[in-house]
Amino acid sequence: MGAATMAEPLPATHCRDPSCAVESLAAAPAGQPRDAAALSTMLELRGLRFSWPGAAAPTLAIDELTLAAGRTVFLHGPSGCGKSTLLGLLAGVLLPSSGQVALLGRSWAGLRASRRDAFRADHVGYIFQQFNLLPYLSVLDNVRLPCRFSRRRAQRATARGEEGGAERLLERVGLPASLWARPAAQLSVGQQQRVAAARALIGAPELVIADEPTSALDADRRDAFMDLLLGECAAAGSTLIFVSHDQRLAARFSQQLSLPAINRAAVAAGAA
Amino acid sequence: MKPLLALAARSAWHRRGTLALVSLSIALATLLLLSLERLRQDVRTSFVQSVSGTDLIVGARASPVQLMLYAVFRIGGATSNLRMDSLRAVASHRAVAWMVPLSLGDSHRGYPVLGTTPEYFERFRYGQAKPLVLAQGQRFAGTLDGLYEAVIGAEVAAGLGYGLGQRIVLSHGGGGLPGAEHADKPFSVVGVLARTGTPVDRTVHVSLQAIEAIHLDWVGGAPMPGLRIAPEQARKFDLEPKQVTAALIGLKSRVAVFAVQRHVNSFEGEPLMAVLPGVALDELWQLVGLGERALLAMSVLVAVVSLAGLVATVLAGLGERRRELAVLRAVGAGPRHVLALLALEGTLVTLLGALLGAAAAALAVVAAAPWVQATLGITLGGGAPTAVQWALWAAVVAAGILASLVPGWRAYRLSLADGLSPRS
Repeated sequence: MGAATMAEPLPATHCRDPSCAVESLAAAPAGQPRDAAALSTMLELRGLRFSWPGAAAPTLAIDELTLAAGRTVFLHGPSGCGKSTLLGLLAGVLLPSSGQVALLGRSWAGLRASRRDAFRADHVGYIFQQFNLLPYLSVLDNVRLPCRFSRRRAQRATARGEEGGAERLLERVGLPASLWARPAAQLSVGQQQRVAAARALIGAPELVIADEPTSALDADRRDAFMDLLLGECAAAGSTLIFVSHDQRLAARFSQQLSLPAINRAAVAAGAA
Repeated sequence: MKPLLALAARSAWHRRGTLALVSLSIALATLLLLSLERLRQDVRTSFVQSVSGTDLIVGARASPVQLMLYAVFRIGGATSNLRMDSLRAVASHRAVAWMVPLSLGDSHRGYPVLGTTPEYFERFRYGQAKPLVLAQGQRFAGTLDGLYEAVIGAEVAAGLGYGLGQRIVLSHGGGGLPGAEHADKPFSVVGVLARTGTPVDRTVHVSLQAIEAIHLDWVGGAPMPGLRIAPEQARKFDLEPKQVTAALIGLKSRVAVFAVQRHVNSFEGEPLMAVLPGVALDELWQLVGLGERALLAMSVLVAVVSLAGLVATVLAGLGERRRELAVLRAVGAGPRHVLALLALEGTLVTLLGALLGAAAAALAVVAAAPWVQATLGITLGGGAPTAVQWALWAAVVAAGILASLVPGWRAYRLSLADGLSPRS
């Protein structure tokens, strides 16, 4: 126990030496590809321990987990097993009590708070279960929201022109142009989730995290949503981490990950 | 910060229902502060402008402020008169250049009547030593032929629609009492003064002899029963005034002002008092200052209450916005952005309220100026905001920004604690 549960083997060139990671951190500015090896590793967790303040036992204890770039990962586990906490750690909103979480070879804990936020804005798209949109912004402005915080995403959105622009993305997720100027609050739940997907994908971030985005959708809408999310992640070349209870969706992903299986804290709690 | 400003504006607009009320209360507080300050300054300017070129004001011994108020501003009344021969005696001091007696007490339709000598029109100065100018007609002659002639101020002419030749009847005292009118001896308007922006505009000027004439058949404030002296008959009486209310004195050299003041104050014939207009005004400001400070304190409290309303409103909305904060965190906003967003929102609301209040204050001055001019004789300046007004306005905005940091700080703490999963 303790090794990453992977559907496919790790890339052979993956660096295991801690000093290697430190060197690569110092070598290049954030978000720039370093070498072929680092490029193929999206996320790396090592010796991770996380406890909520005041909690006696850690919520998460993951010794080692590496996710390769371009994968679509299905993360599952029962309610309360720490999935949302893990996502918070992956997105750099939470910091581990010990150990490290590195995105694109950069340890979140090694960055100053403001740099962490900027790094997240540059490289991470996030979809919530529900209530993804700011009610006071139009649909288009909601999609462009990450571009307000990340010049890189804004540039990539325009550099890709039609392809990466907000309008194009909204078209691709099937939201009719007549709705684009509407306040987000006027949309149905299904429409809102599609707008959220477009927002997570704008400017083609390297990592897209989706936290049970389909749980509020009925079966037809869920399938349509899955199609567009997986399709767009593939088109943008983004790695997708998708959390869900719904095992029927698992087959559509290139890799499956059971959180209880890799979380030693859960094992310990279960044994006790 | 620029992207946040647009976000804050949109967010505030989304909540415009409640925030508009907060903005309005801030606008009212600003209006109160600014117009109070404008009024304060204009009252002072108006008072300071009301008399110049007069070195001393002489009256019966009382409070200097009271003397100043009735002799120059026609506010209140004299407790007692002074004898004309006493005045002549003090005016014989070698340093005195001129002396203009003033006799007050009557009125015309609410406007005070001033009995004086024709010399008044030469000697009286206001503002930066500006002399009185006749817009129409001429001064009253001050002779027996022109006994029932009156010169009216600009406001009297405008307010009552009077022109040259208008027949007017003076009332005894402040007017309003039936039968207390000098209806038997009407006056005719022979001159209208140009506007001065001082109490002169609200004054009806007649000769001292005319004041004597209309009171010939009066005793103790009422017509003497059974005695009627016709206007023509009155000219046959001795109309030289025995008593007046006050006098303006000009000196040959200002150096002598304290010597003459002492001379008047130690006059042995009757208790007299001479005051320097500037000194009396200073005393007045000290009195008025208390009231001003109380009013200012109240307005500041109103401003504080309205800003407390701002903080309460934004804080109350924060609970239901925790999702929103999580969304912002997810797209790359840091807690400091969240703080800035909330603080900017409050700042925008304050700024809008303060601008609205400033505009309302300017409008209020324009709207109230004619009425204030007509009833109080005070010219409200519509001009550029004064330094103190700017300072007050800036203080409101600064306090609003500071107050906005409170919900900003709370949001900062919330977004740190919540991360991406608000526990609400």
